Amino acid sequence: MLEELIVAGFGGQGVLSLGMTLAYAGMVENKEISWMPSYGPEMRGGTANCMVSISSNKISSPIISRFDSAIVLNQPSMDKFEARIKPGGLLLYESGNIFKPSTRTDIDIIGITATTEALLMKNAKIMNMIMLGAYLQLKPVVQIDSILEALKKVLPDKYHFLLDINRQALVRGGEMAVLSKEQTVA
Amino acid sequence: MTEAKLMKGNEALAEAAIQAGCDAYFGYPITPQSEVLEYLAREMPKHGRLVMQAESEVASINMVYGAAGAGFRSMTSSSSPGISLMQEGISYLAGAELPCLIVNVNRAGPGLGTIQPGQGDYFQSVKGGGHGDYKMIVLAPASVQEMADFVFLGFDLADKYRNPVLILSDGAIGQMMEKVVFKPYTNPQVDKSAWATTGKPTTRERNYVTSLFIQPERMEVHNLKLEEKFKRIRENEVRFEEINTADAEYIFVAYGLSARICQKTMDLAREKGIKVGLLRPICVYPYPYKRLEELASQVKCMISVELNSGQMVEDVQLAVKGKVPVEFIGKMGGLLFTPEEILQQLEKLIQQYHAN
Repeated sequence: MLEELIVAGFGGQGVLSLGMTLAYAGMVENKEISWMPSYGPEMRGGTANCMVSISSNKISSPIISRFDSAIVLNQPSMDKFEARIKPGGLLLYESGNIFKPSTRTDIDIIGITATTEALLMKNAKIMNMIMLGAYLQLKPVVQIDSILEALKKVLPDKYHFLLDINRQALVRGGEMAVLSKEQTVA
Repeated sequence: MTEAKLMKGNEALAEAAIQAGCDAYFGYPITPQSEVLEYLAREMPKHGRLVMQAESEVASINMVYGAAGAGFRSMTSSSSPGISLMQEGISYLAGAELPCLIVNVNRAGPGLGTIQPGQGDYFQSVKGGGHGDYKMIVLAPASVQEMADFVFLGFDLADKYRNPVLILSDGAIGQMMEKVVFKPYTNPQVDKSAWATTGKPTTRERNYVTSLFIQPERMEVHNLKLEEKFKRIRENEVRFEEINTADAEYIFVAYGLSARICQKTMDLAREKGIKVGLLRPICVYPYPYKRLEELASQVKCMISVELNSGQMVEDVQLAVKGKVPVEFIGKMGGLLFTPEEILQQLEKLIQQYHAN
Protein backbone atom coordinates (compact mmCIF):
# COMPACT_ATOMS: atom_id res chain seq x y z
CA MET A 1 0.00 0.00 0.00
CA LEU A 2 1.29 3.46 -0.92
CA GLU A 3 -0.87 6.58 -0.79
CA GLU A 4 0.67 9.81 -2.06
CA LEU A 5 -1.37 12.84 -1.16
CA ILE A 6 -1.16 16.59 -1.43
CA VAL A 7 -3.05 18.97 0.86
CA ALA A 8 -3.12 22.56 -0.39
CA GLY A 9 -4.85 25.83 0.44
CA PHE A 10 -4.40 29.22 2.07
CA GLY A 11 -2.15 29.68 5.10
CA GLY A 12 -4.39 29.50 8.18
CA GLN A 13 -6.80 26.91 6.79
CA GLY A 14 -5.05 24.16 8.66
CA VAL A 15 -3.41 22.62 5.62
CA LEU A 16 -0.17 21.66 7.34
CA SER A 17 -1.86 20.37 10.49
CA LEU A 18 -4.31 18.28 8.45
CA GLY A 19 -1.38 16.54 6.79
CA MET A 20 0.51 16.24 10.04
CA THR A 21 -2.45 14.67 11.87
CA LEU A 22 -2.80 12.13 9.08
CA ALA A 23 0.94 11.38 9.25
CA TYR A 24 0.74 10.90 13.03
CA ALA A 25 -2.21 8.54 12.58
CA GLY A 26 -0.16 6.56 10.06
CA MET A 27 2.53 6.25 12.68
CA VAL A 28 -0.02 5.09 15.28
CA GLU A 29 -0.80 2.25 12.86
CA ASN A 30 2.90 1.47 12.42
CA LYS A 31 2.90 2.55 8.80
CA GLU A 32 5.78 4.33 7.11
CA ILE A 33 5.09 8.02 6.62
CA SER A 34 6.63 11.21 5.34
CA TRP A 35 5.33 14.78 5.58
CA MET A 36 6.94 17.44 3.42
CA PRO A 37 5.70 21.02 3.92
CA SER A 38 6.08 24.00 1.65
CA TYR A 39 8.00 26.64 3.57
CA GLY A 40 9.06 30.20 2.97
CA PRO A 41 7.63 32.69 0.49
CA GLU A 42 4.89 30.31 -0.62
CA MET A 43 3.60 30.08 2.92
CA ARG A 44 3.94 33.78 3.67
CA GLY A 45 2.36 34.83 0.37
CA GLY A 46 -0.84 32.86 0.78
CA THR A 47 -0.77 29.29 -0.45
CA ALA A 48 0.60 26.49 1.69
CA ASN A 49 0.81 22.81 0.94
CA CYS A 50 2.19 19.58 2.25
CA MET A 51 2.88 16.27 0.61
CA VAL A 52 2.07 13.22 2.69
CA SER A 53 3.08 9.65 1.88
CA ILE A 54 1.65 6.71 3.82
CA SER A 55 2.95 3.29 3.01
CA SER A 56 3.29 -0.25 4.28
CA ASN A 57 6.86 -0.20 2.95
CA LYS A 58 9.81 2.16 3.28
CA ILE A 59 9.16 5.43 1.45
CA SER A 60 11.65 6.32 -1.25
CA SER A 61 11.07 9.90 -2.38
CA PRO A 62 9.31 12.34 -0.06
CA ILE A 63 9.02 14.61 -3.09
CA ILE A 64 5.96 13.66 -5.11
CA SER A 65 4.89 15.02 -8.48
CA ARG A 66 1.85 12.81 -9.24
CA PHE A 67 -0.76 12.30 -6.58
CA ASP A 68 -3.14 9.48 -5.70
CA SER A 69 -5.28 12.08 -3.94
CA ALA A 70 -5.47 15.83 -3.50
CA ILE A 71 -7.29 17.76 -0.78
CA VAL A 72 -7.66 21.25 -2.15
CA LEU A 73 -8.92 24.21 -0.14
CA ASN A 74 -8.58 27.19 -2.48
CA GLN A 75 -8.72 28.09 -6.18
CA PRO A 76 -4.98 28.69 -6.79
CA SER A 77 -4.28 25.20 -5.40
CA MET A 78 -7.00 23.70 -7.61
CA ASP A 79 -5.44 25.36 -10.65
CA LYS A 80 -1.96 24.26 -9.68
CA PHE A 81 -2.53 20.63 -8.71
CA GLU A 82 -5.62 19.22 -10.48
CA ALA A 83 -3.63 18.13 -13.55
CA ARG A 84 -1.14 16.24 -11.39
CA ILE A 85 -3.64 13.77 -9.92
CA LYS A 86 -3.16 10.27 -11.30
CA PRO A 87 -6.00 8.91 -13.47
CA GLY A 88 -8.45 7.10 -11.20
CA GLY A 89 -7.32 9.30 -8.30
CA LEU A 90 -9.34 11.43 -5.92
CA LEU A 91 -9.82 15.20 -5.91
CA LEU A 92 -11.53 16.37 -2.74
CA TYR A 93 -12.17 20.11 -2.53
CA GLU A 94 -13.71 22.70 -0.23
CA SER A 95 -16.54 23.97 -2.43
CA GLY A 96 -17.10 27.26 -0.56
CA ASN A 97 -13.64 28.48 -1.53
CA ILE A 98 -13.55 27.14 -5.06
CA PHE A 99 -15.65 28.59 -7.86
CA LYS A 100 -14.07 26.68 -10.73
CA PRO A 101 -13.49 23.02 -9.92
CA SER A 102 -11.71 20.57 -12.20
CA THR A 103 -13.50 19.34 -15.33
CA ARG A 104 -11.46 16.15 -15.56
CA THR A 105 -13.50 13.01 -16.19
CA ASP A 106 -10.85 10.42 -15.31
CA ILE A 107 -10.73 11.12 -11.57
CA ASP A 108 -13.25 11.19 -8.70
CA ILE A 109 -14.16 14.78 -7.88
CA ILE A 110 -15.95 15.45 -4.61
CA GLY A 111 -16.81 18.91 -3.23
CA ILE A 112 -17.65 19.50 0.45
CA THR A 113 -18.92 22.72 2.03
CA ALA A 114 -16.65 22.24 5.00
CA THR A 115 -16.20 25.92 5.87
CA THR A 116 -19.95 26.49 6.22
CA GLU A 117 -20.31 23.26 8.16
CA ALA A 118 -17.54 24.26 10.55
CA LEU A 119 -19.35 27.54 11.21
CA LEU A 120 -22.57 25.61 11.87
CA MET A 121 -20.60 23.55 14.38
CA LYS A 122 -19.47 26.87 15.92
CA ASN A 123 -15.74 26.34 15.40
CA ALA A 124 -14.24 27.65 12.14
CA LYS A 125 -10.94 25.95 12.91
CA ILE A 126 -12.27 22.41 12.50
CA MET A 127 -12.84 22.86 8.77
CA ASN A 128 -9.67 20.89 8.08
CA MET A 129 -10.88 18.00 10.26
CA ILE A 130 -14.17 17.89 8.32
CA MET A 131 -12.11 17.62 5.12
CA LEU A 132 -9.96 14.92 6.70
CA GLY A 133 -13.06 12.98 7.75
CA ALA A 134 -14.40 13.20 4.20
CA TYR A 135 -11.07 12.07 2.78
CA LEU A 136 -10.87 9.05 5.08
CA GLN A 137 -14.43 8.08 4.13
CA LEU A 138 -13.37 7.99 0.48
CA LYS A 139 -9.83 6.66 1.05
CA PRO A 140 -9.67 4.75 4.34
CA VAL A 141 -5.86 4.76 4.55
CA VAL A 142 -6.03 4.99 8.35
CA GLN A 143 -8.80 4.45 10.95
CA ILE A 144 -10.64 7.42 12.47
CA ASP A 145 -9.65 6.00 15.87
CA SER A 146 -6.00 6.38 14.91
CA ILE A 147 -6.61 10.04 14.08
CA LEU A 148 -8.12 10.54 17.53
CA GLU A 149 -5.24 8.66 19.11
CA ALA A 150 -2.84 10.91 17.18
CA LEU A 151 -4.65 14.08 18.27
CA LYS A 152 -4.47 12.92 21.87
CA LYS A 153 -0.70 12.65 21.51
CA VAL A 154 -0.18 15.87 19.58
CA LEU A 155 -2.45 18.16 21.55
CA PRO A 156 -1.19 19.32 24.95
CA ASP A 157 -3.46 18.16 27.81
CA LYS A 158 -5.04 21.58 28.18
CA TYR A 159 -6.54 21.23 24.69
CA HIS A 160 -7.92 17.73 25.19
CA PHE A 161 -11.39 19.22 25.67
CA LEU A 162 -11.24 19.85 21.89
CA LEU A 163 -10.94 16.13 21.11
CA ASP A 164 -14.70 15.68 21.05
CA ILE A 165 -15.42 18.44 18.54
CA ASN A 166 -12.61 17.06 16.37
CA ARG A 167 -14.23 13.64 16.49
CA GLN A 168 -17.59 15.16 15.55
CA ALA A 169 -15.95 17.02 12.67
CA LEU A 170 -14.32 13.85 11.35
CA VAL A 171 -17.64 11.96 11.50
CA ARG A 172 -19.55 14.85 9.93
CA GLY A 173 -17.00 15.04 7.12
CA GLY A 174 -17.46 11.35 6.45
CA GLU A 175 -21.25 11.75 6.23
CA MET A 176 -20.91 14.72 3.87
CA ALA A 177 -18.57 12.75 1.61
CA VAL A 178 -21.14 9.95 1.34
CA LEU A 179 -23.91 12.44 0.48
CA SER A 180 -21.74 14.30 -2.00
CA LYS A 181 -20.67 11.07 -3.68
CA GLU A 182 -24.31 9.95 -4.02
CA GLN A 183 -25.21 13.28 -5.63
CA THR A 184 -22.24 13.04 -8.01
CA VAL A 185 -23.27 9.56 -9.08
CA ALA A 186 -26.92 10.67 -9.54
CA MET B 1 13.59 5.95 24.49
CA THR B 2 13.19 3.49 21.64
CA GLU B 3 9.65 4.57 20.77
CA ALA B 4 9.31 6.04 17.28
CA LYS B 5 8.59 9.75 17.15
CA LEU B 6 7.37 11.94 14.33
CA MET B 7 9.74 14.87 14.02
CA LYS B 8 11.12 17.42 11.61
CA GLY B 9 14.67 16.74 10.50
CA ASN B 10 15.90 19.89 12.26
CA GLU B 11 14.15 18.93 15.51
CA ALA B 12 15.45 15.35 15.40
CA LEU B 13 18.96 16.71 14.94
CA ALA B 14 18.54 19.07 17.89
CA GLU B 15 17.13 16.34 20.15
CA ALA B 16 20.01 14.07 19.16
CA ALA B 17 22.48 16.80 20.14
CA ILE B 18 21.02 16.80 23.65
CA GLN B 19 21.09 13.00 23.89
CA ALA B 20 24.66 12.99 22.56
CA GLY B 21 25.71 15.09 25.51
CA CYS B 22 26.39 18.31 23.61
CA ASP B 23 27.61 20.76 26.28
CA ALA B 24 27.32 23.97 24.31
CA TYR B 25 25.51 25.20 21.23
CA PHE B 26 26.15 28.56 19.59
CA GLY B 27 24.04 29.75 16.69
CA TYR B 28 22.32 32.50 14.81
CA PRO B 29 18.89 32.03 13.21
CA ILE B 30 18.57 31.46 9.48
CA THR B 31 15.92 29.67 7.42
CA PRO B 32 15.66 26.71 6.82
CA GLN B 33 17.39 25.56 10.03
CA SER B 34 16.08 27.94 12.71
CA GLU B 35 14.20 25.05 14.38
CA VAL B 36 17.56 23.77 15.64
CA LEU B 37 18.23 26.93 17.65
CA GLU B 38 14.56 27.16 18.71
CA TYR B 39 14.48 23.58 19.95
CA LEU B 40 17.79 23.79 21.77
CA ALA B 41 17.02 27.19 23.30
CA ARG B 42 13.90 25.59 24.79
CA GLU B 43 15.33 22.20 25.81
CA MET B 44 19.06 22.59 26.56
CA PRO B 45 18.74 24.70 29.72
CA LYS B 46 16.54 21.93 31.20
CA HIS B 47 19.62 19.69 31.01
CA GLY B 48 21.97 22.32 32.41
CA ARG B 49 23.66 22.87 29.07
CA LEU B 50 24.55 26.11 27.35
CA VAL B 51 22.74 27.64 24.38
CA MET B 52 23.79 31.02 23.14
CA GLN B 53 22.35 33.04 20.31
CA ALA B 54 25.43 34.85 19.07
CA GLU B 55 25.45 38.22 17.30
CA SER B 56 26.49 36.59 14.04
CA GLU B 57 27.70 33.35 12.49
CA VAL B 58 31.27 34.63 12.75
CA ALA B 59 30.79 34.93 16.49
CA SER B 60 29.08 31.50 16.71
CA ILE B 61 31.95 29.61 15.14
CA ASN B 62 34.54 31.41 17.26
CA MET B 63 32.54 30.63 20.39
CA VAL B 64 32.64 27.00 19.26
CA TYR B 65 36.44 27.37 19.03
CA GLY B 66 36.54 28.63 22.60
CA ALA B 67 34.26 25.97 24.04
CA ALA B 68 35.91 23.12 22.09
CA GLY B 69 39.31 24.41 23.14
CA ALA B 70 38.18 24.19 26.76
CA GLY B 71 37.25 20.54 26.18
CA PHE B 72 33.47 20.83 25.81
CA ARG B 73 31.30 18.98 23.28
CA SER B 74 30.42 21.95 21.09
CA MET B 75 28.24 22.55 18.12
CA THR B 76 26.83 25.15 15.76
CA SER B 77 24.39 25.03 12.87
CA SER B 78 23.42 27.35 10.07
CA SER B 79 22.41 27.43 6.42
CA SER B 80 24.54 28.24 3.39
CA PRO B 81 25.19 32.03 3.70
CA GLY B 82 25.87 31.60 7.42
CA ILE B 83 28.21 28.68 6.78
CA SER B 84 30.15 30.86 4.32
CA LEU B 85 30.65 33.38 7.11
CA MET B 86 32.05 30.61 9.32
CA GLN B 87 34.74 29.42 6.92
CA GLU B 88 37.59 31.33 8.54
CA GLY B 89 36.67 29.93 11.95
CA ILE B 90 36.38 26.38 10.57
CA SER B 91 39.90 26.67 9.16
CA TYR B 92 41.14 27.77 12.60
CA LEU B 93 39.31 24.87 14.30
CA ALA B 94 40.89 22.40 11.88
CA GLY B 95 44.29 24.05 12.31
CA ALA B 96 44.06 23.88 16.10
CA GLU B 97 42.69 20.31 15.90
CA LEU B 98 39.53 21.05 17.82
CA PRO B 99 36.65 18.55 17.73
CA CYS B 100 33.22 20.04 17.04
CA LEU B 101 30.04 19.45 15.08
CA ILE B 102 28.92 21.88 12.40
CA VAL B 103 25.58 21.52 10.61
CA ASN B 104 24.77 23.05 7.24
CA VAL B 105 21.11 22.87 6.20
CA ASN B 106 21.92 23.75 2.61
CA ARG B 107 19.75 26.28 0.74
CA ALA B 108 20.18 27.37 -2.85
CA GLY B 109 22.61 30.17 -3.76
CA PRO B 110 24.96 31.86 -4.53
CA GLY B 111 24.68 34.95 -2.37
CA LEU B 112 21.61 35.24 -0.21
CA GLY B 113 19.97 33.02 -2.81
CA THR B 114 16.69 31.48 -1.74
CA ILE B 115 15.56 29.66 1.36
CA GLN B 116 14.57 26.58 -0.65
CA PRO B 117 16.73 23.42 -0.62
CA GLY B 118 19.88 22.98 -2.69
CA GLN B 119 23.18 21.09 -2.81
CA GLY B 120 25.34 23.92 -4.08
CA ASP B 121 27.65 23.83 -1.04
CA TYR B 122 29.25 20.52 -2.02
CA PHE B 123 32.57 21.98 -3.13
CA GLN B 124 32.73 24.25 -0.10
CA SER B 125 32.10 21.29 2.20
CA VAL B 126 34.43 18.66 0.74
CA LYS B 127 37.18 20.59 -1.04
CA GLY B 128 38.08 23.08 1.65
CA GLY B 129 35.94 26.16 2.06
CA GLY B 130 38.28 27.98 4.39
CA HIS B 131 41.95 28.68 3.75
CA GLY B 132 44.86 26.30 4.05
CA ASP B 133 45.24 22.54 3.88
CA TYR B 134 42.52 20.89 5.91
CA LYS B 135 39.58 18.54 5.53
CA MET B 136 36.42 17.84 7.46
CA ILE B 137 34.56 14.55 7.68
CA VAL B 138 31.30 15.37 5.91
CA LEU B 139 28.18 13.29 6.63
CA ALA B 140 25.20 13.65 4.27
CA PRO B 141 21.89 12.53 5.83
CA ALA B 142 19.07 11.39 3.52
CA SER B 143 16.32 10.98 6.12
CA VAL B 144 15.10 12.37 9.41
CA GLN B 145 16.48 9.23 11.07
CA GLU B 146 19.95 10.00 9.74
CA MET B 147 19.64 13.63 10.88
CA ALA B 148 19.57 12.15 14.39
CA ASP B 149 22.01 9.25 13.88
CA PHE B 150 24.74 11.40 12.36
CA VAL B 151 24.81 13.73 15.35
CA PHE B 152 26.00 10.85 17.57
CA LEU B 153 28.36 9.58 14.89
CA GLY B 154 29.57 13.12 14.12
CA PHE B 155 30.47 13.96 17.71
CA ASP B 156 32.27 10.63 18.13
CA LEU B 157 34.25 11.06 14.90
CA ALA B 158 35.13 14.63 15.87
CA ASP B 159 36.56 13.38 19.17
CA LYS B 160 38.29 10.41 17.55
CA TYR B 161 40.20 12.56 15.07
CA ARG B 162 40.21 15.89 16.94
CA ASN B 163 38.75 17.51 13.85
CA PRO B 164 35.58 19.42 12.89
CA VAL B 165 32.82 17.22 11.44
CA LEU B 166 30.18 18.65 9.13
CA ILE B 167 26.64 17.38 8.67
CA LEU B 168 25.65 18.48 5.17
CA SER B 169 21.86 18.41 5.01
CA ASP B 170 19.40 20.50 3.01
CA GLY B 171 16.21 22.50 3.49
CA ALA B 172 13.89 19.63 2.56
CA ILE B 173 15.46 17.07 4.91
CA GLY B 174 15.48 19.73 7.62
CA GLN B 175 11.82 20.66 7.21
CA MET B 176 10.22 17.30 6.48
CA MET B 177 8.77 15.01 9.13
CA GLU B 178 9.40 11.30 9.29
CA LYS B 179 9.61 8.63 11.94
CA VAL B 180 12.70 8.72 14.07
CA VAL B 181 13.94 6.36 16.76
CA PHE B 182 16.63 7.54 19.16
CA LYS B 183 18.91 4.64 19.83
CA PRO B 184 20.39 4.41 23.32
CA TYR B 185 23.71 6.25 23.38
CA THR B 186 26.32 6.83 26.04
CA ASN B 187 28.63 9.80 25.73
CA PRO B 188 32.12 8.25 25.88
CA GLN B 189 33.29 11.32 27.85
CA VAL B 190 36.63 11.37 26.07
CA ASP B 191 39.42 12.62 28.33
CA LYS B 192 40.66 15.85 26.72
CA SER B 193 42.87 17.03 29.56
CA ALA B 194 46.04 16.22 27.61
CA TRP B 195 45.42 19.07 25.16
CA ALA B 196 42.39 21.13 26.20
CA THR B 197 42.49 24.19 28.46
CA THR B 198 40.80 22.44 31.33
CA GLY B 199 42.94 23.98 34.07
CA LYS B 200 46.66 23.45 34.62
CA PRO B 201 47.74 20.98 37.29
CA THR B 202 51.27 21.38 38.72
CA THR B 203 52.29 18.07 37.19
CA ARG B 204 52.55 19.25 33.59
CA GLU B 205 53.19 22.22 31.33
CA ARG B 206 50.20 24.33 30.32
CA ASN B 207 48.13 23.24 27.34
CA TYR B 208 48.22 25.67 24.47
CA VAL B 209 45.48 25.67 21.80
CA THR B 210 46.55 27.44 18.64
CA SER B 211 46.63 27.28 14.87
CA LEU B 212 49.60 29.67 14.69
CA PHE B 213 52.93 28.09 13.72
CA ILE B 214 54.94 31.09 12.62
CA GLN B 215 58.15 29.16 11.90
CA PRO B 216 57.79 27.43 8.52
CA GLU B 217 59.59 24.32 9.75
CA ARG B 218 57.16 23.91 12.64
CA MET B 219 54.24 24.67 10.32
CA GLU B 220 55.41 21.90 8.03
CA VAL B 221 55.61 19.41 10.89
CA HIS B 222 52.07 20.35 11.89
CA ASN B 223 50.86 20.12 8.27
CA LEU B 224 52.38 16.66 7.89
CA LYS B 225 50.71 15.55 11.10
CA LEU B 226 47.37 16.81 9.83
CA GLU B 227 47.89 15.13 6.46
CA GLU B 228 48.63 11.84 8.21
CA LYS B 229 45.33 12.25 10.06
CA PHE B 230 43.37 13.01 6.86
CA LYS B 231 44.96 9.92 5.30
CA ARG B 232 43.70 7.80 8.22
CA ILE B 233 40.26 9.37 7.74
CA ARG B 234 40.32 8.48 4.03
CA GLU B 235 41.30 4.91 4.86
CA ASN B 236 38.81 4.32 7.66
CA GLU B 237 35.76 6.53 7.31
CA VAL B 238 34.43 5.95 3.79
CA ARG B 239 30.71 5.27 4.09
CA PHE B 240 28.19 4.55 1.35
CA GLU B 241 25.04 2.62 0.56
CA GLU B 242 24.37 0.60 -2.57
CA ILE B 243 20.95 -0.33 -3.89
CA ASN B 244 20.41 -2.57 -6.93
CA THR B 245 23.99 -2.23 -8.12
CA ALA B 246 24.63 -5.97 -8.59
CA ASP B 247 23.10 -6.19 -12.07
CA ALA B 248 23.07 -2.45 -12.89
CA GLU B 249 24.01 -1.19 -16.35
CA TYR B 250 23.56 2.40 -15.24
CA ILE B 251 24.35 3.76 -11.78
CA PHE B 252 23.00 6.90 -10.20
CA VAL B 253 25.39 8.53 -7.78
CA ALA B 254 23.49 10.85 -5.45
CA TYR B 255 23.61 11.97 -1.82
CA GLY B 256 21.06 13.35 0.63
CA LEU B 257 17.65 14.34 -0.73
CA SER B 258 18.73 13.62 -4.33
CA ALA B 259 19.40 10.02 -3.38
CA ARG B 260 15.88 9.66 -1.98
CA ILE B 261 14.36 11.04 -5.17
CA CYS B 262 16.62 8.77 -7.26
CA GLN B 263 15.39 5.73 -5.35
CA LYS B 264 11.91 6.33 -6.68
CA THR B 265 13.25 6.94 -10.19
CA MET B 266 15.08 3.64 -9.88
CA ASP B 267 11.85 1.83 -8.94
CA LEU B 268 10.03 3.40 -11.90
CA ALA B 269 12.91 2.56 -14.27
CA ARG B 270 13.15 -1.04 -13.08
CA GLU B 271 9.41 -1.47 -13.78
CA LYS B 272 10.30 -0.56 -17.37
CA GLY B 273 13.14 -3.08 -17.42
CA ILE B 274 15.94 -0.51 -17.20
CA LYS B 275 18.72 -1.91 -15.04
CA VAL B 276 19.67 1.06 -12.93
CA GLY B 277 21.25 1.08 -9.49
CA LEU B 278 22.14 3.69 -6.91
CA LEU B 279 25.30 4.43 -5.01
CA ARG B 280 24.67 6.88 -2.18
CA PRO B 281 27.75 8.36 -0.54
CA ILE B 282 26.88 8.66 3.16
CA CYS B 283 30.18 10.45 3.73
CA VAL B 284 30.88 12.88 0.91
CA TYR B 285 34.31 13.35 2.50
CA PRO B 286 36.03 10.92 2.50
CA TYR B 287 34.56 9.84 -0.83
CA PRO B 288 33.94 6.25 -2.06
CA TYR B 289 36.36 6.55 -5.00
CA LYS B 290 37.50 2.95 -4.82
CA ARG B 291 34.04 1.39 -4.88
CA LEU B 292 32.96 3.60 -7.78
CA GLU B 293 36.04 2.55 -9.72
CA GLU B 294 35.17 -1.12 -9.12
CA LEU B 295 31.61 -0.58 -10.28
CA ALA B 296 32.81 1.25 -13.41
CA SER B 297 33.86 -2.06 -14.98
CA GLN B 298 30.25 -3.32 -15.14
CA VAL B 299 28.22 -0.28 -16.21
CA LYS B 300 27.60 1.65 -19.42
CA CYS B 301 27.76 4.95 -17.58
CA MET B 302 27.60 6.63 -14.19
CA ILE B 303 25.13 9.45 -13.65
CA SER B 304 25.68 12.00 -10.92
CA VAL B 305 22.36 13.49 -9.79
CA GLU B 306 22.61 16.72 -7.81
CA LEU B 307 20.65 19.82 -6.86
CA ASN B 308 23.32 22.12 -8.28
CA SER B 309 25.17 22.87 -11.51
CA GLY B 310 27.38 19.77 -11.30
CA GLN B 311 29.85 19.53 -8.43
CA MET B 312 30.06 15.96 -7.10
CA VAL B 313 30.14 14.81 -10.74
CA GLU B 314 33.83 15.81 -10.70
CA ASP B 315 34.50 13.32 -7.89
CA VAL B 316 32.69 10.60 -9.84
CA GLN B 317 34.93 11.41 -12.82
CA LEU B 318 38.00 11.21 -10.58
CA ALA B 319 36.79 7.87 -9.26
CA VAL B 320 36.15 6.09 -12.57
CA LYS B 321 39.37 7.38 -14.16
CA GLY B 322 37.86 7.65 -17.62
CA LYS B 323 36.85 3.98 -17.73
CA VAL B 324 33.21 4.85 -18.41
CA PRO B 325 31.39 8.04 -19.36
CA VAL B 326 30.07 10.14 -16.48
CA GLU B 327 26.85 12.05 -17.03
CA PHE B 328 25.14 14.69 -14.93
CA ILE B 329 21.50 15.40 -14.12
CA GLY B 330 20.89 18.53 -12.10
CA LYS B 331 18.45 21.17 -10.97
CA MET B 332 19.07 24.57 -9.42
CA GLY B 333 17.25 27.54 -8.00
CA GLY B 334 15.88 25.81 -4.92
CA LEU B 335 13.62 23.81 -7.23
CA LEU B 336 13.50 20.05 -6.89
CA PHE B 337 13.54 17.48 -9.64
CA THR B 338 10.78 14.91 -9.51
CA PRO B 339 11.43 11.17 -9.87
CA GLU B 340 9.67 11.29 -13.26
CA GLU B 341 11.87 14.14 -14.53
CA ILE B 342 15.02 12.19 -13.69
CA LEU B 343 13.54 9.13 -15.41
CA GLN B 344 12.91 11.14 -18.59
CA GLN B 345 16.50 12.34 -18.62
CA LEU B 346 17.76 8.82 -17.94
CA GLU B 347 15.76 7.48 -20.89
CA LYS B 348 17.18 10.22 -23.11
CA LEU B 349 20.71 9.23 -22.06
CA ILE B 350 20.02 5.57 -22.72
CA GLN B 351 18.81 6.42 -26.24
CA GLN B 352 22.08 8.25 -26.85
CA TYR B 353 24.08 5.25 -25.69
CA HIS B 354 22.08 2.95 -27.98
CA ALA B 355 22.53 5.29 -30.95
CA ASN B 356 26.31 5.12 -30.53
